[in-house]
Amino acid sequence: MKKQDPDLLLFHAPLLRQGMTTPKAMRDVIYALLPATAAALWFFGLSAALLLISCIAGAVLAEWMFANRAERGQSLRDATGVLTGLLLGLTLPPGLPLWMGFLGGVVAISLGKIIWGGLGHNLFNPALLGRAFLLATFPIAMTTWVPATGEGGFFSVYDGSLTLPFMQSSFDAMSSATPLGMMKFQQEVTPLMNLMFGRTGGSLGETSGLLLILGGIYLYLRRDLDWRIPVSILLTVIIFSAVLILFDANRFPTPQFSIFSGGLLLGAIFMATDPVTSPVTPKGAWIFGIGVGLLVMLIRVFGGLPEGVMYAILLMNAATPLINRYTQPRVFGRGGDSK
Amino acid sequence: MKAFHKLRRSFEHGVHPAHHKEQTEDLPIQRVPFGKDYLMPLGQHIGVPAQAIVEAGEKVRRGQLIAKPGGFVSTGLHSPVTGTIREIGDFRGVDGRFAPAISIEADPFATQKVDADSALDWESMSLEEFIEAVQMAGIVGMGGAAFPAHVKLSVPDGIKIRHLLINGAECEPYLTTDHRLMLERPEALLEGAEIMRQKLGAEETVIGVEMNKPDAIETLRKHIKPGAPVRIVPLKVKYPQGAEKMMIKSVFNVEVPAGQLPRDVGVNVNNVGTIVAIADYFLRGMPLIERVVTVAGPGVTYPANLIVPLGTPVRDVVKFCGGLKPGSREIIMGGPMMGRPIASLDVPILKGCSGVLVFTEEETARLKEYPCISCGRCLEACPYFLNPSRLARLSKARMYDEMKDYHVFDCVECGCCTFACPSHIPIVQLIRTGKDDLTHRKEPDA
Repeated sequence: MKKQDPDLLLFHAPLLRQGMTTPKAMRDVIYALLPATAAALWFFGLSAALLLISCIAGAVLAEWMFANRAERGQSLRDATGVLTGLLLGLTLPPGLPLWMGFLGGVVAISLGKIIWGGLGHNLFNPALLGRAFLLATFPIAMTTWVPATGEGGFFSVYDGSLTLPFMQSSFDAMSSATPLGMMKFQQEVTPLMNLMFGRTGGSLGETSGLLLILGGIYLYLRRDLDWRIPVSILLTVIIFSAVLILFDANRFPTPQFSIFSGGLLLGAIFMATDPVTSPVTPKGAWIFGIGVGLLVMLIRVFGGLPEGVMYAILLMNAATPLINRYTQPRVFGRGGDSK
Repeated sequence: MKAFHKLRRSFEHGVHPAHHKEQTEDLPIQRVPFGKDYLMPLGQHIGVPAQAIVEAGEKVRRGQLIAKPGGFVSTGLHSPVTGTIREIGDFRGVDGRFAPAISIEADPFATQKVDADSALDWESMSLEEFIEAVQMAGIVGMGGAAFPAHVKLSVPDGIKIRHLLINGAECEPYLTTDHRLMLERPEALLEGAEIMRQKLGAEETVIGVEMNKPDAIETLRKHIKPGAPVRIVPLKVKYPQGAEKMMIKSVFNVEVPAGQLPRDVGVNVNNVGTIVAIADYFLRGMPLIERVVTVAGPGVTYPANLIVPLGTPVRDVVKFCGGLKPGSREIIMGGPMMGRPIASLDVPILKGCSGVLVFTEEETARLKEYPCISCGRCLEACPYFLNPSRLARLSKARMYDEMKDYHVFDCVECGCCTFACPSHIPIVQLIRTGKDDLTHRKEPDA
């Protein structure tokens, strides 16, 4: 009798788990980005595909290079490297030389994530950190916007894309402007329909607002994103610009223009909601979102740059530990706030 | 807001594990045959262990008192079988530690009829006498915590119990003992409830049942006598609906303040099984010597709801259910969310054991643990609104004292956080480690 007893394990309850895992959540974000990625390919053609691939290759290579040898395969399988590369790629101008994209991917992972201790420990959003690095290092290339694929069709490649490493290309041949740039420097408004469907200049992933919202809804339904963050960012931007319009309707952008222009939707839905770098508490999420919204509008309207989503999110990332500390939830059976 | 709450009938947060109740919810309760070996640990409940009043070699009858309460927070213990006391000594308990217990060998030829088979005159008892009777009957909370029932009955001066709340939520997956008791013994439940209500001087009895047991709600409603102050409240199906503070929130929309007890808001909460045990003792003279246990889980050949004499080895119970299927790897006593794993099949069924669940390789596979990505799912799961991710991080860093700042002792270890964590971090286990260190740590001598 005794000999037939199985060797019993002593894992402590709860034994049951819900089905979601961290790699699954990461893959969900990639799926949610697919429509916007497809749109980027549609508008910007082969260059877009090559640039995204270079960014992802850079990110994954860095992940592989710096990972602990024993966990090497594992850290690639959790899909965060691919996600970071893809997100970075979507924030870049379509005509950016490929080698810059690759370098951005390497920097995003190594300085944005690994150096902090890997997944879950970084203070700043890795993709945005990579973009900030590129913007500081290659300011001209990063602010040279090309129009959607013109004469050549899908298979035409922008001249700049294939620039050799460490070389700058000549940009003046085919430059265009983003809606925000036109707004800021020429007081020229892009029609809303173009903004929503993506027929504008801009970064790869930011031009098609509707597809980004679609991805956001998918993430919300999968419970992968804290809805408070995009909602509070967008509400803040809407209210802020609505107030500005009361002062001078000609000088300031309309709320709908503010929402659909630039990288706001991409940032609000996919960057600011990165769980690692945003507050964990519900109240903190509201504060974080409102902070991002305010900073975006301040930079766009009063700052020297046409776009401010990246800096707004990075600044609020820095504030996240502080926000977490001061927004601990009220504990059951304890009136008022506990901390 | 009030009307809105009435519609929801629930508390905030919590999780939705799959019920897994289909294995046993339609199976009538059956009695396991008496075996040979019985082991009655003296500390089967929270508080002071009982004191043995029998000696080795002594003959005992089923239902005879074999140990008396060792203090106020302690209860009597009765022999579950007619037989001979084999030994009084230290035996390995459910938690793996050695603890004093009485080993009894059943008499194979005895009828196993209960010794005292008569009703008690509870109506003429004073409250003190009633409390003492409950204590001597060995009745403890049957939902799992095994808190002596009479302690809850002794209410300090100045507190008025207005509601008797009977907990029929049974929110733990797999378990169906309370469900079957409500279906099969509604009269006993309502009689026991009436005894408790009158003795407490409460205005009404409220029975909270999760909505996934419509047949139980129906049956109970049919048996309520017209005009009786009893009300059934169907509750939203959500874990941990059966945690007493959560149920009070669901039913009365009142938060029991942290560090206080249900009685401080005028409520006395008891499990369905406890109330039935009260009825069995005061109306039939039967002390707590057996209980209903659900035997289920993917590793059990024939799942069942069983009446098991206390002290029966898990081995006998599992054997009665057709034995373990190949690939069984873990046995949990209690529910899968809060129960305790047992290391050996020789562990006895205790008063607080509502289930014996057998799990296989699949459920016990070690899941790869990822770093915390601060997704906040545990915060949205925690019914006490704690910050489990922070507590787990502090515990990993062995910063146990800092855990107190995050109200670690408000945690009831319901396991919602671990259930919800997509990174498979054993959050509640880490919190337990911290609590254990804080409670048992010996300060170095100065």
